[in-house]
Amino acid sequence: MSMALNAWPFVIAAYAVTIVGTLALVIWSVAALRRAEARADALDRR
Amino acid sequence: MHRFANPARFVAIARPLTAWFGWSGAILIAMGLAGGLFVTPADYLQGDTVRILYLHVPAAWLGMAGWGGIAVASFMQLVWRHPLAAIAARATAVPGAVYAAICLLTGSIWGRPTWGTWWEWDGRLTSMLVLFFLYLAYIALARAAGREAGGQRIAAIFGMVGAINLPVIHYSVLWWRTLHQGQSIGLTGTTIDSSLLWPLPLTALGFTLLFVSIVLMRMRTMLAEAKVEARLKRLAAA
Repeated sequence: MSMALNAWPFVIAAYAVTIVGTLALVIWSVAALRRAEARADALDRR
Repeated sequence: MHRFANPARFVAIARPLTAWFGWSGAILIAMGLAGGLFVTPADYLQGDTVRILYLHVPAAWLGMAGWGGIAVASFMQLVWRHPLAAIAARATAVPGAVYAAICLLTGSIWGRPTWGTWWEWDGRLTSMLVLFFLYLAYIALARAAGREAGGQRIAAIFGMVGAINLPVIHYSVLWWRTLHQGQSIGLTGTTIDSSLLWPLPLTALGFTLLFVSIVLMRMRTMLAEAKVEARLKRLAAA
């Protein structure tokens, strides 16, 4: 490993990329599911 | 497997499983990442960059397992005409692509302080990048196919053919000995010390459970959208 580089900014960047990517995926999936099920329920009630 | 071919039965089972897998996955990920960041020691050679391992390995596993899932579902779609198989394959594509991208990004971030470069056209890195592009092509193909049977068959064939890349990724470190290190975890053992290894099963299992939960959510979304589309068609025809 290059001793000139502090490892922590790289570690934090990797954790940020993974956590943000995972959260975005979860939020998008939950929102799409709620929207789709709400539309299906609304049609059922008609 | 065919017992779950009924979408209504599948949704009844998937609804509680989505929450269970999601929350248990999130708890395991939090435990594993906290352990990997604050409890495990720095590696004697890599220093603190070794902590990226707890994200990078599960992301690589899910990127590859996701395509494995697409290939199996595509096979079931083509051979048994399982009604949920095409939906399962399509539902797996976006999460698989996201984790393939996370694998490439975290690997690149790890590579800079460790190898002195963000990227190298090494066998493992290149075959993983090919997997990411295969995901993008599959997503575009499946979206273009819509609910048309012929288009869905083409997407399924692509899903099965693309699986050829999985053994290439796995064996790339043996076939082309360039920059990426060899396999450090195998079925028979590991070269990683246990003081560094213990958070990895937590994050690997946690991300896997969360991935399954996301796939179940996306399958339920697609089934609800199909139901709405069918109802609207019936209403328009009436």
